[in-house]
Amino acid sequence: MVDVQFRFRDDEAVNDPAVTVDAFSEQSNATAVRIEPGEDARALLPYLDRIALVEVNFPAWTDGRGYSAARILREAGYAGELRGVGDLVIDMLHHMRRCGFDAFAPDKALNTTDAKNAFERWDNVYQATAIDGRQAIWAKRHPA
Amino acid sequence: MYKYDEYDQQMVDVRVEEFRDQVRRRVSGELTEDQFKPLRLQNGLYLQLHAYMLRVAVPYGTLSGAQMHLLGDIADKYDRGYGHFTTRQNIQYNWIKLEETPDILAELAKVEMHAIQTSGNCIRNISSDQFAGAAADEIIDPRPYAELLRQWSSFHPEFLVLPRKFKICVIASETDRAAMRLHDIGIKMVRNDAGEIGAQFYAGGGMGRTPMIAPLIREFVPLDQLITFSEACLRVYNRYGRRDNKYKARIKILVHELGRDEYVRQVEEEFAHLLTQPIEPPLAELERIKAHFVDPAFETGLSDDLDLSDPDFRLWVERNTTAHKVPGYVIATISLKPVGGIPGDASADQIRLMAKLGTEYSFDELRVTHAQNIVLPHVKKADLYTVWQALDEAGLATANLDTVGDIIACPGLDYCSLANARSIPVAQKISERFGSAQKQAEIGELKLKISGCINACGHHHAGHIGILGVDKKGLENYQLLFGGSEGADTSLAKIIGPGFTEDGVVDAIEKATEVYLANKQGEERFLDTYRRIGMDPFKEAIYG
Amino acid sequence: MKILTGNDLKSGAVVWWTGHGWSLDVNDSADVGDNGAAIIAREEGVQNVFAAYVVDGEKTDEGVRPAHIKERIRAFGPTVRLDLTLKPSDPAALNWVI
Repeated sequence: MVDVQFRFRDDEAVNDPAVTVDAFSEQSNATAVRIEPGEDARALLPYLDRIALVEVNFPAWTDGRGYSAARILREAGYAGELRGVGDLVIDMLHHMRRCGFDAFAPDKALNTTDAKNAFERWDNVYQATAIDGRQAIWAKRHPA
Repeated sequence: MYKYDEYDQQMVDVRVEEFRDQVRRRVSGELTEDQFKPLRLQNGLYLQLHAYMLRVAVPYGTLSGAQMHLLGDIADKYDRGYGHFTTRQNIQYNWIKLEETPDILAELAKVEMHAIQTSGNCIRNISSDQFAGAAADEIIDPRPYAELLRQWSSFHPEFLVLPRKFKICVIASETDRAAMRLHDIGIKMVRNDAGEIGAQFYAGGGMGRTPMIAPLIREFVPLDQLITFSEACLRVYNRYGRRDNKYKARIKILVHELGRDEYVRQVEEEFAHLLTQPIEPPLAELERIKAHFVDPAFETGLSDDLDLSDPDFRLWVERNTTAHKVPGYVIATISLKPVGGIPGDASADQIRLMAKLGTEYSFDELRVTHAQNIVLPHVKKADLYTVWQALDEAGLATANLDTVGDIIACPGLDYCSLANARSIPVAQKISERFGSAQKQAEIGELKLKISGCINACGHHHAGHIGILGVDKKGLENYQLLFGGSEGADTSLAKIIGPGFTEDGVVDAIEKATEVYLANKQGEERFLDTYRRIGMDPFKEAIYG
Repeated sequence: MKILTGNDLKSGAVVWWTGHGWSLDVNDSADVGDNGAAIIAREEGVQNVFAAYVVDGEKTDEGVRPAHIKERIRAFGPTVRLDLTLKPSDPAALNWVI
């Protein structure tokens, strides 16, 4: 069980063991699920209101499929904890947050000062992910 | 051309500080090379055969005189006095130090330049037509759309860890001057029956080890859906592009393996979903960008006459200038392929001279072409002789645009750690063999492209004549290919037979041009004759 | 013989293992035998040199000549810019590379 090093939620952390996507549909009382890079996040869409925790695994940080998985879940209205686990690196923390991750459990603890700098690096962003609540630069240029 | 507002400036400034911090963490040992490499690549810093190499972005190939001038100064201050213009409209410096790179990026940021995402598994520099905004045949200037996409793709949080690199091209004319269909996504701006402008999308093209021509995936995307549709294309690729094999990871493999129809189905499904999300900029943003690309203050009532009594000037005008949309003006291409020279290289002094000419004679604008030349897009005919004289004095007036002397060559084994063979010496020998202006004029249009390995950075598959350098039992060897084309009639070159030594391939090309001249009908180019008579007459002449 | 080449981290300069340290001159290269990987692991751990790898070389009168043209170009400099090579004024130097 990896420790959550950074968390941006006010509610209690879910500590139930996360089951696999395959097992999840068969276990009606499971509330935590883990997605691997090759799995389709949309397989979870029928069950979103049951899920309190989704872990998205990054076996290697160079496999970027988890970013799409996270956004897809948030776009579908998932409001529970979305936790990145595995090979997480400082330099992607900001981008992970933009994709909807609100908890981070790296395999190896990250330097907290570097992490804080990374999360807070970008005052402005060029594009809207729609799910991180941030206004894109184009929206600031053209206030509605 | 586009000018940064305070947001754009802040983004490049923050990026510089981010990279400075990443370098600090690398030098202190906090970051291993494995962890650091993808980060430095996304700031354009490669490790090459001799040193670090920095690839600076020239967005859609457009830059101002001040920007070009700084590129020359950087060559002097941080490198060895020259730069190399690339087949993706960028510039590369070959002798960079890691510890100086943050300072280089800081200097670039002061003139609104950067090296963001010029390497790495992300969306790269978006390329475009080098004659945009000047050519008579475009339906609209493609660059505002390229700029809109550039901002969308910069630090896009979902697409920074793609299976592989991603190259986009935007054009807006029937004549394709930018090899649009040989890109991961190619976009052609078109007008529909109602007269509205929209984007035709192609996806899955590319060169490299398995060249493919991008199929059409959408006839018409309205302007207010450009970003959403692009996002759908990228998301499908990010989710399903292969990650098991580096050489099968481009989108062209995905499109090929799924089949075009299935890829389209998946994109349309994702697109329909993404349309429910508020991710599309308002049209006002596109209008804001377009305002930067209005025509410069062209004079009216100018004469189209040119005094061509100087035969060298006349030759250069005939070869290196192209009709401009405004009477009295001309598009001038500066050749970076002097006879026997290194294709695409320019000294710091030459770069600064070109900058000056751009500022004084071309409304402060220059272009980089994917054929590794420079363009002055808006020159008054009345100024053309003065411009030519200045170029001639600096060794920049070779009259060889699109002829056999206008060779595209990757840096090859002289510089690149991926290469199997040197490409520049071959280019130099061919250039010298066909050095006479007369010979080049006789042969006419012949696009010759050389790659030093199968990664094909020299785009040899798209050459009328292509050369591929290989390693044959430890020795350099060269394969010859004929019949490629990067234009609207895109085709991939085919290998003609067993490979050659460096001298052998030059002889073979000379024989090929003789076959062409002997069989040419009417106004046929080499490519046309080859397509008509086929490979056999050439093989007979070359292999005997 | 087996020799090692790598790059200096901060400057990017190409360097060759001498047996005691790293030199800019390929002719100082030492024969590492079977120890290449171990030396690389140790040296890269110290951060000064990275991207190191083992290649074949042969002893010459001058010193050492890499077996493959790629490393000879790496040692010498770009063959098309003699002014940027180790021996800018020596026209015969190219023969060593090619």
